[in-house]
Amino acid sequence: MNARTVDRTLIYGSAILLALWVIVPFYLIFLSAFSRPNDVFVYPKPLIPTSFSTETMEFFLQSTGVFASVLNSIAVAAITIVLSLALGAPAGYALARFTFRGRQGFQLIVLATKMFPVAILSIPLAVAFLRLGLYDNIVGVALVHTSMALPFVILVTAGVFAGVSNELEEAAMTLGCSRFTAFLRVALPLALPGLAAAAIFTFVISWNEVFAASILTLRQRTLPALVLFALQQSPLYFKFAGGFFMVMPAVVFIFFMRRYLLNLWGGR
Amino acid sequence: MMRMRARTEDILPFALLLPSVIYLGLLILIPMIQALLLAVQADNGTFTTEFVDRMTGDVNFSDAWRNTLLLLVLIVPLQIVLALAMALLIHSRFRGHGIFLYIYAIPLAISDLAAGILWLSIFTERGYLNTVGQGVGLIQTPPVYLSFENFGGLLAAIVIAESWRATAIVMVILVAGLQLIPRDYFEAADLFGANRIRRTIHVVLPLLRPSLQSALIIRTIFAFQTFAVVLALAGRNLPVIAAEAYNWYANNRNAHLAASYALLLLALTIAFTVVYLRVLGLREAEVKRA
Repeated sequence: MNARTVDRTLIYGSAILLALWVIVPFYLIFLSAFSRPNDVFVYPKPLIPTSFSTETMEFFLQSTGVFASVLNSIAVAAITIVLSLALGAPAGYALARFTFRGRQGFQLIVLATKMFPVAILSIPLAVAFLRLGLYDNIVGVALVHTSMALPFVILVTAGVFAGVSNELEEAAMTLGCSRFTAFLRVALPLALPGLAAAAIFTFVISWNEVFAASILTLRQRTLPALVLFALQQSPLYFKFAGGFFMVMPAVVFIFFMRRYLLNLWGGR
Repeated sequence: MMRMRARTEDILPFALLLPSVIYLGLLILIPMIQALLLAVQADNGTFTTEFVDRMTGDVNFSDAWRNTLLLLVLIVPLQIVLALAMALLIHSRFRGHGIFLYIYAIPLAISDLAAGILWLSIFTERGYLNTVGQGVGLIQTPPVYLSFENFGGLLAAIVIAESWRATAIVMVILVAGLQLIPRDYFEAADLFGANRIRRTIHVVLPLLRPSLQSALIIRTIFAFQTFAVVLALAGRNLPVIAAEAYNWYANNRNAHLAASYALLLLALTIAFTVVYLRVLGLREAEVKRA
């Protein structure tokens, strides 16, 4: 073997090993979620789907509260997306297009809020929401999710708008557009794919958030809040089905966002 | 006309920022002040150290501290090493590296709760780890990893599950950082005959330092908030600070103690950020990239 072959074998070998480390748990939760409920007691476990069954998943989806919690999760995420884009995209546009006093200060505030522990928001807000009638209400959860997602959305949309040439907008303005119509007709259409990625990113933040959702709700649970609450008293197969159901969207989302991964999570 | 245009152009950026500033003020600044008040003020409005005293005197308090810091020092280095390996592989741009980037990135969109449940199916007594262990003859009878008596087992399970999940975040930061390094540096190292390992240590790592530092800060801060993965794998058998905050509110309906724990988290976050900035001598520009 020459040095080149050794080199390539090493690269592919370690790349595949690391890929297995990531993939194998997905495969095993798939096996667990698609076997019969009683199979959790089987030992040793089959490593190939010998007893494929949708019984466990059906049990999970028909359990009290699960369907409603999925709807709640989607509603919370939808409100969060609308709010954080409506508030954050203008700020992102301002960061991308203007130099102004206090710009650095604003960026620092955004960075600081990005790292804020969610516990310190959720607990006082639970107390406040009880008074305001927003406790155990999906709007209350969405408000907290928005404050978590907003710093990310501001930074991501700033990147998106910075990628849309300012000259095109200026050209539209010399041709008689106002700044607003130039934005609407020129910058916005070009920024749309990036904004869609920001929206999906926001969905992921909201769909996955456990702490605030659990603290702020009692009956109007989101899916993670319901599963977390059920951890103590539900059977293993319920947890496995719930785990699989929560994980599934991740695989799809990351696939759609693969072009934006570095911009969204890479922190540039 | 010209003048008015200039005026609106001056005001416009502030008008665009205003909604988000107001929102963050309402939903972050005010809750933070209220958390402080909840921790030091009784329901009748008098100031008291009762809640802080109860927190520090609680049976779980010192365990929660120890476990939170233990998880931090075990998880963060593991994540950074794994993520560095992934990022360097991806950056070598071998054929098909795009698929591997996608695979390594999937856990980005997974919650710590879901990650805990995934690994639960592996670590439970009749789970996949014992199945494989017995299959290859490593163990005779299946050990119980996730029990109250097996602290090491609980800790290892949480460390593995959380490293598995959050390595993806570090990996993406490092891949983005590697892309900022001009290709010339790599070529120069090749010219002087540096082999891959020496090039990595002497050329790539120093240049990657800003990204490694921001990854370190981000992961440290979020390691303090480790919570659902712990509850999924260990229940209440392994107290951590964030889970204590959750339990005091969700199970005991005590907002004062929950807020005290939350403040502790905030204090830790701020303290560690400051220490990192001092020790690592970060410049403002580098922090921005976090």
